[in-house]
Amino acid sequence: MSRERASRRLPVIVTLLVGLMLTIMPLPESAEAFRPDWLALVAIFWAMQLPRTWSVGTAWIIGVVLDVSHGTLLGQHALALCVIVFITVRFHLLMRVFPLLQLSATVFALLALYQFLLFWINGVAGVNAPAATYWGPVITGTLIWPFLYMFLSGVRYRAPAGG
Amino acid sequence: MVASRGNSSNPARIPALGIRVLALVFLSILLMYLDHRENHLNAVRKTIDVAVYPVRLVVDAPFRFWNWLGEATTSRSDLQREVSRLQTERLNMNLRLQRLTALEAENARLRSLLDARGKVRDEVRVAEIMSVDANPYEHNLVINIGSRDGVYDGQAIVDADGVVGQVIKTGLWTAQAVLISDTDHALPVEVNRNGLRTIAVGTGEIDRLDLPFLPNNADIEVGDLLVTSGLGGAFPEGYPVAVVESVTLIPQEPFADVTATPSSALDQVREVMLIWSAPPVTDEATDE
Repeated sequence: MSRERASRRLPVIVTLLVGLMLTIMPLPESAEAFRPDWLALVAIFWAMQLPRTWSVGTAWIIGVVLDVSHGTLLGQHALALCVIVFITVRFHLLMRVFPLLQLSATVFALLALYQFLLFWINGVAGVNAPAATYWGPVITGTLIWPFLYMFLSGVRYRAPAGG
Repeated sequence: MVASRGNSSNPARIPALGIRVLALVFLSILLMYLDHRENHLNAVRKTIDVAVYPVRLVVDAPFRFWNWLGEATTSRSDLQREVSRLQTERLNMNLRLQRLTALEAENARLRSLLDARGKVRDEVRVAEIMSVDANPYEHNLVINIGSRDGVYDGQAIVDADGVVGQVIKTGLWTAQAVLISDTDHALPVEVNRNGLRTIAVGTGEIDRLDLPFLPNNADIEVGDLLVTSGLGGAFPEGYPVAVVESVTLIPQEPFADVTATPSSALDQVREVMLIWSAPPVTDEATDE
């Protein structure tokens, strides 16, 4: 039983770890502002697919790890990630039946909300960053979503005991 | 929220989701408050940082391997050229060093005549920059030594060409540093030519610093070297920071528009030096 559970969790943990790696991977200075929010995208996917196992609590923990690795205010990414995952879980049945285009639009809105929360917290805490830092990830994240979605679906249904 | 719908037969209903979200949001806000106010959470941060360390190592590994490969496959002629270049450089440096020893002795003698505090030599240690990115909102870098090696918050970081930045967050084995080009970074400097003191502020562009507080009649010229003045307390004095790039006088404004180029190529550094300056005890002794 517990082995089956572990093998079901493995793909999620691995994809989240890879997401974290992509998040801290160095990029050239000019591309820096357009790095997609990998972890937010991966978290949205798993919250949509397995809302009972991977939900707000997990998202919060990922967010805290993200805060530490970024050196941002502790709780900033945790809060933002927690909120968008909550919305995803709340509407996961609806989102599952969305056609890809509509789903991408939803993801765009979620990412925009995510960045807005980060922006808002930065504003309160007095951190100023150029606007591109907020808009870049939303656009690249939405563009990359369909491919990521297909890839992660493959991971989900091909993984041992994943279905 | 979810519960208010009341349809417990709905398979999509996740129990107590709304409550959990609310609790987590409050927890986040509490964390942010504590973190922002007094850095109460350094211990928590350090603990989680240990967990992030392996991920950083894994990300850094391919870049390290690539560098190693590049070094391992350098051709013989390239190496010979490098060796001869380094030998010439060393000769030049030695020549300058001979004069420096004499000058240092003279300086110490003069200082003792003036009854001033003798200069303490700074202790330095080389650190490598890890190929990982951190905070998207600031110019920063991650170095491969941390509080285990005595790194502390606010410590000055320089490289062979000049000041790079300062440590802002120390983990156990890594530390995060902010570059002088970050918009939130300001550095007390002085013009090497005449000792004019001012402040160099980061612009957010990696190759430009601003000197916003110089009046129109200030004695500053293009090409002037700016060095740290040591007044802020964080940086020891006398390290090169930047070279003045342009001076634009605006007659109707009180301050001139002066920009400078950092001496060190901030986006290309691979190895940096951390400076342990003179112990604070000596500072107190002179304050009397």
